[in-house]
Amino acid sequence: MADAAKSRDEAPAALPTWPDEIYHVLKEAGIRQVAMVPDAGHSRLIRRFEDDPQTRVVTLTTEEEGVAMLAGAWLGGERGVLLLQSSGVGNCINMLSLPVICHMPLLMIVTMRGDWGEFNPWQIPMGQGTRPSLEAMGVIVTKVDEPHLVASAVQGAANLAFNSWKPAAVLIGQRVLGAKNFKELARK
Amino acid sequence: MTNPNALLHRRDVVNELVRDRGDLLVIAGLGAPNWDVSAAGDHPNNFPLWGAMGGASMIGLGLALAQPRRKVLVITGDGEMLMNVGSLATIAVEAPKNLTIAVLDNERFGETGMQKTPTASGVDLAAIAVACGIRTSRIVRTMAEVTELRDLAHAGRATAFAQIKISAEALVFVMPPADGVILTSRFRQSVLGDEALFN
Repeated sequence: MADAAKSRDEAPAALPTWPDEIYHVLKEAGIRQVAMVPDAGHSRLIRRFEDDPQTRVVTLTTEEEGVAMLAGAWLGGERGVLLLQSSGVGNCINMLSLPVICHMPLLMIVTMRGDWGEFNPWQIPMGQGTRPSLEAMGVIVTKVDEPHLVASAVQGAANLAFNSWKPAAVLIGQRVLGAKNFKELARK
Repeated sequence: MTNPNALLHRRDVVNELVRDRGDLLVIAGLGAPNWDVSAAGDHPNNFPLWGAMGGASMIGLGLALAQPRRKVLVITGDGEMLMNVGSLATIAVEAPKNLTIAVLDNERFGETGMQKTPTASGVDLAAIAVACGIRTSRIVRTMAEVTELRDLAHAGRATAFAQIKISAEALVFVMPPADGVILTSRFRQSVLGDEALFN
């Protein structure tokens, strides 16, 4: 994490290090199943897990599948993580009843859209509704807007989820992900 | 069963699927499949759902991946399966050998007044499963085929899917514990041992 802070100050053009940091945090937390609907902000982390023979990366057709899948993983003694974009949080709402009422851990890492610097107006409703809808369902939410705080936020959420059998979500803000990149991508 | 066109009775089907269950793990979808599995006998290796509609098959996937040596049987309804039919694509890609999905298809939303589901208009879930890539997939209409399905599920040699045509009968509710913490804890203790309680 100290490295991340340094690179941010001294070399702003360098690749962000937080995806690698949270890969290591998640490995230390014993994650074996990775359920995901891809997001650009998660692409580096997904590649790390795909290269890791000890983790199973499962591509979902919709995010609530992952909530159910990780409940099954927990019943079978494995830990998992759900990687998704904020828009996918809306797809999960009713399925979150499952970990909430069964006191099962659920770790969600959510990359934000409809947040700081958003250019696509259609992303705004769910982006702004992400935190309140998760909290309405009983998920414990941490939002991070600083790259050097991402890894510790994920570590804290993983401890919370797996030691107290609660659903916990980390929201990674567009200040971290770099909102302007989306428009640059569109031009390419 | 003298009439070869008679629809199957759901509790006969479920009793046969879990016959001599050994260490079979069973996920039951919400509503009547939950009551059917419970009527066949409450068991710590059952995880009967009281909600989470659309999630039964994916709970089965996560469990099958976590416990590759155990056989996992998901018993759910046509309405529940249709709510998240995309999960058949997800499951087909992962292809766990130890997962069988048995859909009890009465072509009705049974808990809400027996309204027709899309399978009543011919939607073929077994064909959807095949199209997703689950090659062992079939429509089941006889008890002999139910026995074959039971043997497939207990052998666990390939992901299997079945759409079992059953009669739209409303039966007495036989309920398992409703507390999700009890269901979760006893399942984990049974599958993982007493350590699970200290995790």
